Amino acid sequence: MRGAKSATWVAGAIVVALGATACGGGSSASAEPGVVRANWGDPQNPLEPANTNEVLGGKVLDMIFSNLKSYDPKTGEAKNDVAQSIDTKDQQTFTIKVKKGEKFSNGEPVTARSFVDAWNYGALSTNAQKNSYFFADIQGYDKVAPAEGKPTAKTLSGLKVVDEHTFTVTLDEKMSTWPLRLGYKAFAPLPKTFFSDHDGYLAKPVGNGPYAVDTYDKGKQMKLVPNAHYTGDDKPQNKGVLLKVYTDSNAAYADLQSGNLDVDDDVPAEQIRNAKSDLKGNYLSQPAGMNQVITFPLYKDGWNKAGMEKVRKGLSMAIDRKAITDKVYNGTRTPATDLTSPVLGVANGYSKDVCGDTCTYDPTEAKKLIKEGGGIPGGKMTISYNADKDSHKQWVDAVCNSINTVLGDDKACVGNPVGTFGDFRNQITKQEMTQPFRSGWQMDYPQIENFLTPLYATGGASNDAKFSDPKFDALLKKAGAEPDVKKATDLYKQAEKIVLDKVVSIPLWYQNGTAGWSDHVSGVQLNAFSFPVFTKVKVTD
Amino acid sequence: MGRYVIRRLLQMVPVFIGTTFLIFVMVYALGDPVAAMFGDRTPDPATAAQIRESLHLDDPLWSQYLQYMAGIFRGDFGTAFNGTPVAELMGSAFPNTIKLTLVAFAIEVVVGVGLGIVAGMRRGRLADTGVLVFTLLVISIPTFVTGYLLQYFIGVKLAWAAPAVSSDVAFGELLLPGIVLAGVSLAYVARLTRTSIAENIRSDYVRTATAKGLPRRRVVGVHLLRNSLIPVITFLGTDIGALMGGAIVTERIFNIQGVGYQLYQGILRQNAPTVVGFVTILVVVFLAANLIVDLLYAVLDPRIRYA
Repeated sequence: MRGAKSATWVAGAIVVALGATACGGGSSASAEPGVVRANWGDPQNPLEPANTNEVLGGKVLDMIFSNLKSYDPKTGEAKNDVAQSIDTKDQQTFTIKVKKGEKFSNGEPVTARSFVDAWNYGALSTNAQKNSYFFADIQGYDKVAPAEGKPTAKTLSGLKVVDEHTFTVTLDEKMSTWPLRLGYKAFAPLPKTFFSDHDGYLAKPVGNGPYAVDTYDKGKQMKLVPNAHYTGDDKPQNKGVLLKVYTDSNAAYADLQSGNLDVDDDVPAEQIRNAKSDLKGNYLSQPAGMNQVITFPLYKDGWNKAGMEKVRKGLSMAIDRKAITDKVYNGTRTPATDLTSPVLGVANGYSKDVCGDTCTYDPTEAKKLIKEGGGIPGGKMTISYNADKDSHKQWVDAVCNSINTVLGDDKACVGNPVGTFGDFRNQITKQEMTQPFRSGWQMDYPQIENFLTPLYATGGASNDAKFSDPKFDALLKKAGAEPDVKKATDLYKQAEKIVLDKVVSIPLWYQNGTAGWSDHVSGVQLNAFSFPVFTKVKVTD
Repeated sequence: MGRYVIRRLLQMVPVFIGTTFLIFVMVYALGDPVAAMFGDRTPDPATAAQIRESLHLDDPLWSQYLQYMAGIFRGDFGTAFNGTPVAELMGSAFPNTIKLTLVAFAIEVVVGVGLGIVAGMRRGRLADTGVLVFTLLVISIPTFVTGYLLQYFIGVKLAWAAPAVSSDVAFGELLLPGIVLAGVSLAYVARLTRTSIAENIRSDYVRTATAKGLPRRRVVGVHLLRNSLIPVITFLGTDIGALMGGAIVTERIFNIQGVGYQLYQGILRQNAPTVVGFVTILVVVFLAANLIVDLLYAVLDPRIRYA
């Protein structure tokens, strides 16, 4: 019976092992009272406002900085926050007055200089800040960040400090909607320590927002506490936030389900279907300022010749958006009806119907249009996507399927995976794409202008299609010079119509932000950037 | 013996240079990482040029490699894109992975060798068949399946253990991931031990020892095991490296910020210094483990001599 005896020992060892695990698990679950534990990941860049262009760093900056403007979480409306007033007479020179008495979390007062120094730092090309193009509209940008060679100036000539709390901004061209972007984090003010002790600053960033960094254990967690010097309206309703770095969204979701995590704004795609029942209703999904489109390489003759407008429109009408968003995404995408996003609200340029029949599934009309236009160039098309993240394959295959079914040819459209995102973007920027490709746009600020100028203006920074239309450019210019923001928005909408009529790209859907939370907290909502509004989260024990 | 060790250490130098160069070339072949840093947006040309210059991306490949190697010998492994020195990342990642590896290794040795002895001693009986079926099952189920299943049932449903490891990475929390990570290797160890034991139990020296009237415990524990474990030790030695480098899946599932996680992020963000730095250390671990295994042979089998 020797063997049987050792087997018993082995079994016993496993039981003991599992028992010990249980003890280990129990002790780590306790949380500090009043503190919200939230899902986080390692930010891709150092935590500098002008250098953070992704959501993980953005989430922190959103909490520790207050900008000149802030966006209403519900309507997306831009309101003055740190700014007392922003005035202009000619839509080109803006006088910005900063509220008196505002302070950074280290006690240093927020002045006009805090903004001017920060913006100059962000714009100067030798600082290699990834959001530098945000300052490109300010006079003198071509001197501090010339496309080639070394900068010939250290500061933007368009920024001038008038007095302690006033500064002026002069733009290259008229743009009445320019102040609306001042809620974006790239325009955040910076304290003096940012310049005098940069490494120390990165180890523990200092801002003027509702929260202040208490401890930052890089790659592990960040503890934020209410900023004692904060005087704004958005005072935290909890005792702090603990951002925990997770290696994987599934691990965070498992922790959320077992009560070790309170707010999870990255519910894994494969769990969406069950999230509502798993979390007993503590789940929300709402459109974010992010959309997905298929862009045509208009720099290639095949897709640009006469009649192709009909083909492009036909392709758009051949896509059954509703079925794909339901089946592939379980409703976490919303079929697109314009080129912007619903988070803008009608006031900032969102439209429920501007795309019209172009965005409506109509197989017979689609087939007819494609035939009239001369068919798909070469008889076959591919849709390129990057295969390394975000599982684009599923929807690209579904879209191709939809097109193939309409055309009755199962080889008309196939997906074309590109190995890495870097390679994919390089092919686009070097204009090596010969066939349509996916592209997405994540808004910087909730205003229709942000969805048009960079993407479709002649020479626009992210005009991947190389679209160029004098009427469209003229409308943008006119809108910029229009002093009334409402009228300017209408002009932008007219410009949007031109892009849609020519079907430069096929609008597909808006991405939704999702959030799940534990029974430990209440009042979770997402703002226009799909960040949880942490200041409004209440902790119940 | 001493001369043998020195010779082996010298042999490691070309292997080390060769592997690091290959890895460097492979990461380089992934293409220009700058475009991926800006999301779906076209980079500002001035900023992109500045970043390329600071990362030496405009230099030819051999020059980049030499600069990198020169850095390594000064103890500078470069910096990740978020400004953290790679050496600092290693400092935080390796202890976690080593802890996980130790837990997994202990489980592998104790359970694997134990099951192997039981099965080998009772060949053809129920216990043997049971072990064979169990190990077949473990080998055929991929790690991520066992990982997610155990995480869901033991972590979320039964709540016996936390489903995700906290940032303290206590040994108690590592048992569940350790079992998952050890799983497949454990099955191999059990099978290797079983075959080896089953073979040696009929050999002359075991019969002699039994005939001499030695107690059974001594026959099995000293004579049989010592000779049967040589192939197992070879496997275990190479497996230490495999456990450390192969924990990518397990570490992601159970939220352990170790080597696998850093490698995964380095690859995703195309950050050459992170990937090459971590793999370099793993290469050293592999080489050292192999050397130790070879030296252990001599301990286990006195007939083996190194000169």
